[in-house]
Amino acid sequence: MGQVVELEIPARADFLEVARMVVTTAASIEPTFPDERINDLRLVVSEACTNAIEAHASAGDTDKRILLRCDLAEDRVEVEVEDQGGGFDLADLGELPAVTDPARLEHERGLGITLMRSVADETEFRVSPGGTAVRLVVYSTRPR
Amino acid sequence: MHFEVNVAPVGAWSVVAVAGEVDVATAPRLRKEAIDLVAAGHHRMVLDLEAVDFMDSTGLGVLIGVLRRVTAVGGALRVVCTTPRLLDLFRLTGLDRVFDLRSSVDDAVSEAAGSAGADRADGADR
Repeated sequence: MGQVVELEIPARADFLEVARMVVTTAASIEPTFPDERINDLRLVVSEACTNAIEAHASAGDTDKRILLRCDLAEDRVEVEVEDQGGGFDLADLGELPAVTDPARLEHERGLGITLMRSVADETEFRVSPGGTAVRLVVYSTRPR
Repeated sequence: MHFEVNVAPVGAWSVVAVAGEVDVATAPRLRKEAIDLVAAGHHRMVLDLEAVDFMDSTGLGVLIGVLRRVTAVGGALRVVCTTPRLLDLFRLTGLDRVFDLRSSVDDAVSEAAGSAGADRADGADR
């Protein structure tokens, strides 16, 4: 295990920038982490925290908090984002229409998990009635 | 958080210049500005993302909603974006084939018909 940074934020949109800033600043301390991967980390943390913020908003629980745990190692950063927003069923997300289908424009949401899976090197979603935990791993070098 | 939206007419187009970070905290302002423009009859819109430092899927969702509204009234939406990091967002989600991406505002307000994905802003074969 590397160095661990923990952060707890209110489940509010105006704290999202703080989450991105703390995680990426912590990752920047490791000199082997290139800017490209820091940017990937910034994006996936933003997506995970946005989902958490929206889960709390849907449940009317914006007074609850979101926990971020950031484990920094030389070759990778592992971030876990935990909310108490009531959870969701990944299977319910379904497939978006093809981009060539005009019906695709009816879907403004649903891209966050696609981006997390595309950009992070490892993703894991643990959903329970009490909330969701998202584990994201970004390596300093993108695995081939 | 740094975020600005400025609207200026350029010929027949309304150019919406966005600066700063576009996420769940700021995207509602961009959505409202764009929807208000469409409602006021500005159906030819350019979204200039050149000064955007960060955008996530919430920002992409706003762009999709604006495109839907503009398309519904027979208008046009062109997106100016040359930042590799932002272009990756379009590519990873397949939206580079949905949006008419342009390399500059001058290019976007030109009358040349754009075809989503065919006139790539980065010119790269990804």
